Amino acid sequence: MARELLKGNVAIAEAAIRAGLTSYFGYPITPQTELLEYLSARMPEEGRAFVQAESELGAINMVYGAACTGARVMTSSSSPGISLMLEGLSYIAGTEVPMVLVDVMRGGPGLGNIAPAQSDYNQIVHGGGHGDYHVIALAPANVQEAIDMTVLAFDLAEKYRSIAVVLIDGSLGQMMEPAELPPFKPLATQFPEWAVRGAEGGRERRFLSSIYLSPPEEEKANLRMLRRWKDVEANEIRYKEYFMEDAKYVVTGFGSSGRVALSAVRAARAEGIPVGLLRPITVSPFPYKVYEELSKKVDGMLVVEMNTGQMLEDVLKAAQGRTPVEFYGRVGGIVPLPDEILTEIHRLVEEKPAVGGHPRDRWMDRMIKMN
Amino acid sequence: MQTDIIISGFGGQGVLFAGQLLSYAAMDEGKNVTWIPSYGPEMRGGTANCTVVVSDEEIGSPMVRFPDAVIVMNLPSLDKYESLVKPGGLLVINTSIIDRKATRTDIRVVEVPANEIAEEIGDRRLTNMVLLGCLVSNLPILPLAAISKALKEHLPARHQKLIPANMQAIEKGASFQAAPVR
Repeated sequence: MARELLKGNVAIAEAAIRAGLTSYFGYPITPQTELLEYLSARMPEEGRAFVQAESELGAINMVYGAACTGARVMTSSSSPGISLMLEGLSYIAGTEVPMVLVDVMRGGPGLGNIAPAQSDYNQIVHGGGHGDYHVIALAPANVQEAIDMTVLAFDLAEKYRSIAVVLIDGSLGQMMEPAELPPFKPLATQFPEWAVRGAEGGRERRFLSSIYLSPPEEEKANLRMLRRWKDVEANEIRYKEYFMEDAKYVVTGFGSSGRVALSAVRAARAEGIPVGLLRPITVSPFPYKVYEELSKKVDGMLVVEMNTGQMLEDVLKAAQGRTPVEFYGRVGGIVPLPDEILTEIHRLVEEKPAVGGHPRDRWMDRMIKMN
Repeated sequence: MQTDIIISGFGGQGVLFAGQLLSYAAMDEGKNVTWIPSYGPEMRGGTANCTVVVSDEEIGSPMVRFPDAVIVMNLPSLDKYESLVKPGGLLVINTSIIDRKATRTDIRVVEVPANEIAEEIGDRRLTNMVLLGCLVSNLPILPLAAISKALKEHLPARHQKLIPANMQAIEKGASFQAAPVR
């Protein structure tokens, strides 16, 4: 297949079609709308279901229904729209049916703005809806990865009867980059043994619900989900490393922060600074072990995010004070640029910050002086 | 090698399309390329810009503070980007609607009366192509022929009839060569 110049949102939409998406339900919101718009034309072309719902609440509950039939189902939205979907996501998690969610994050909280942000890391990775559940969250940093992770999201969602999220920010949704689309997967003709599709031939009745009125039954369901999550943690950690062989310092960030940091790391390498980049691709499950091992080897880490330090807490948890950790973030819809991150790399290397104190506090002091 | 380019002007001047065409050409030449627009609640006549990064290796940041080359199609763009061009970099100025000179002496400046040239060719909407032709001919990243090839390859069939005029605009723009750094 030849490379095509594709916009992130459109690439994800076409990748989903090729991965066998049969039902899409959504509601427009910037900076995600091209995804829905593209599918509104392509899904009918392929004879598949596209519904623009009356709201995000409508969309996620349509997804819930379709997911119960074992169909490959997806919705997409952006930050405020995801907040509206959280109740439905919790019900879907509690019913243990697979679905794919694409979250194209924008500035917040509240209505915020439509510029790129990563401030919904906690919402996706550490919760969102009520109850004890986890979602698989994949954070691609370029259009090719967005395509590959979309296809993977469907497979993982089905394998683990889980919600799989493709977590990107507005800039990746809006940018164009050459990428290769995957071949078309044949649509499923066999459906899982739990799928409710009409009891042909009088087979035993199937029942899907998130209601367990008996606490012991609910406890059993919670433990079943947790066991499945343990399998995800054991098998599905993904990340990418750059210049790590001899790195004494590590910059880390997910998605767009990670790719912007790559430019800064290259510039630092050109100056002879032994710095590498670790870019987690699964932010849930988070590669704790990888950070833990790194923290035993390196002289310092710099976490870069487009939020006030959300993934930072996971890195700190893994590093356990074994190595200095610093933080640099831009918030409110501002994307950090390579020269800013390079300055932070210099600070990390030259000032050798002490272990202890909180990196967010030190960052905040610097930001306040800047503004 | 990596080259960071910004194209900036009013919405409606073809800023985003010029960047896309450049990106198609770079892709077809086997380069890595990113195209990212300024997006927001924008409208015709407001400001628009896009950043195009062309590279032989995996591209990190698709956004840049200090570009290697900039096309400014209007005065606000010149005011915004002149000071940010890297020393030795390239600044292409649309003199048709910008009535001030560049003040930097450590960059290569090329002045192109792009609106007039486009009108002579017969369509003011070719202004962006005149400036793109100038940019590409003043940078060592792509042969000019890559741009015409990209037009033929990627323009929808209903627009193919416009290619000769576009080519004329690109070639006319390419005849403007930047003065060396003073």
